[in-house]
Amino acid sequence: MFTYVVRRTLQSIPLLLAISIILYGILYNMPGGPLAPYLQNPHITAADIARLKHNLGLDQPVPIQYLKWLGHILTGDMGWSTSNSEPVFQALVERFPATLELMGASLAIAILVGVTAGILSAVYRYSVLDYVITTVAFFGQSMPVFWFALMMQLAFAVHGIPLPFGYLIQLPSAGISSSDTFDLGDRLAHLVLPAAVLSLLSIALFSRFMRSSLLEVLGTDYIRTAAAKGLAFRTILLKHGLKNAMIPVVTVIALTLPSLLGGAIVTETIFAWPGMGRLFINAMTQSDLALLMGYLLLTAFLVVFCNLLADVTYAWLDPRVKYD
Amino acid sequence: MTAPSLPLGGAPVVADDIVFSKVTFWTRFRRHRLALAGAVVLLLMVLAAVFAKQLAPFDPNFIDNGTASVPHWNGTPLPPCFEDHGQCWGHPLGSDEVGRDVLARLLYGARISLTVGLFAVVMEVLIGTILGALAGYYGGWVDWALMRLTDVFLSIPLLPLLLVLTAIVAASSSKAALSFGVIVVIIGALSWMSVARLVRASFLSLREREFAEAARAVGNNDGRIIFRHLLPNAVAPIVVQATLDVANVIVLESTLSFLGLGIQPPTASWGNMLANAEANLQIAWWAAVFPGVCILITVLAINYIGDGLRDALDPNMR
Repeated sequence: MFTYVVRRTLQSIPLLLAISIILYGILYNMPGGPLAPYLQNPHITAADIARLKHNLGLDQPVPIQYLKWLGHILTGDMGWSTSNSEPVFQALVERFPATLELMGASLAIAILVGVTAGILSAVYRYSVLDYVITTVAFFGQSMPVFWFALMMQLAFAVHGIPLPFGYLIQLPSAGISSSDTFDLGDRLAHLVLPAAVLSLLSIALFSRFMRSSLLEVLGTDYIRTAAAKGLAFRTILLKHGLKNAMIPVVTVIALTLPSLLGGAIVTETIFAWPGMGRLFINAMTQSDLALLMGYLLLTAFLVVFCNLLADVTYAWLDPRVKYD
Repeated sequence: MTAPSLPLGGAPVVADDIVFSKVTFWTRFRRHRLALAGAVVLLLMVLAAVFAKQLAPFDPNFIDNGTASVPHWNGTPLPPCFEDHGQCWGHPLGSDEVGRDVLARLLYGARISLTVGLFAVVMEVLIGTILGALAGYYGGWVDWALMRLTDVFLSIPLLPLLLVLTAIVAASSSKAALSFGVIVVIIGALSWMSVARLVRASFLSLREREFAEAARAVGNNDGRIIFRHLLPNAVAPIVVQATLDVANVIVLESTLSFLGLGIQPPTASWGNMLANAEANLQIAWWAAVFPGVCILITVLAINYIGDGLRDALDPNMR
């Protein structure tokens, strides 16, 4: 097992290098290059640009530039963010907790709701409940995140949902909190809408996967044997069924990360959530190359890491997987 | 709801060969009623897009503010007719914030969404099939290199990468350069990975079959074996994946357009109609609701069709 983990980790290093080469190639083709923000500035002369180019090493061959840049990245220096006037690393680290809060909450909701719905759907197969859950899952899978966010804003923030006895559910739809002082209730109220929006797609995915995985397990011979021995359905489900059915679902949970990151960009933009996704959109409108690069590298790194985690968990949970 | 029971019994469906006869296909597809409903909805959507010109009550870019047809325009979007018949001035689904007809823009937007979906998927299938076939047929280092390339592209989150590429195109000339074709090429060039993996997997097993060996024995060249003998046997999973990807591409395009880096106004697309609707959520709910409903039902219909195709083409893929 240990050697397997080490080998898989070593395998992801060339992958990360290849990703960095491709991203470097794409981003440094951006017109104007890293100096684009200065080209518009009337106070910066052509001589200044030439000097900056020389000082930053931009007049050297591209492979040399790439290697130098890689050296900086490896030592934790991701460059200077022109749109935030601070180091890229610092800008990303500052926004990371907000994104983590949003994505963590969404993932928790998605696992809780999605997995439960999938189990119910499989156990009561072809019942009304099953049809309702699979239909909702299809809707969730087809729903454009940004439009769902707009509709949630329309329903819960613009109009509010009326309850009996004159109560009205109204939720904040912008920002992470109302004031600088920490208030748990206020923070949670701000979290509800964006987390619900971001988790929808994952709920749909998890429930569909859980359903088919559990159905497959429940149709196997060893479950039939357990039933023939006279075990209660409850025992079969909890002790034999779910354990095995969860294995592929764990992998899917780890693999949804890229789409969750994409969804977070949209969700953070619409709900004015001060996270990395919104930082990325701002960086894009201001051609902040270093920050875009930092964001893409960081997210690609997270994705590679999660793939690794998924593989290792799979090997760990499923004793049938041979990992040598 | 019946009591929980084990779904025992019922022999697993085992098809030795992928069946692609028309008869079994239609009987199976028709059995999936939601897929059939999806096909009908999609057909209606396609017809609406084709006959947009005839169906639209106004030109999609005609600004109806205080002209002859709306003598008393008060500067706010006109409501849909079912909401306020006296105030809609012939705009069945109301008008947007500058006074353009929402229905007309939806109809013309359908053209954009559906054609972007179709063409981007055609491109993705072409790239994915060629790369997957090469990897699966030749194996060895070709396979290794192509699959590592696939891994690399799968590891970069798609939406941020798409946004950066469209931003590069926009910055290199102007936002107007983000034409229909550019969007199609960018999306198509970045979503071939799942097709490549599917085709590769099929080819790995197909190339070992007797008919492939026979084709080789009678002296066919590799190209002919790949395209005439192996590929027709790998069509089923490609068709299913391509169908589901049309749905994904439609959502992607609308997301890009919503964020201002997709189809550029004044050309109407369902996504860019929503970009402005956000600011006017308080005064014009219809401008925000209808484009999204169009995206949702189209994508839902295509997803159900894909599900039905999967059941019909290959029971083993479930």
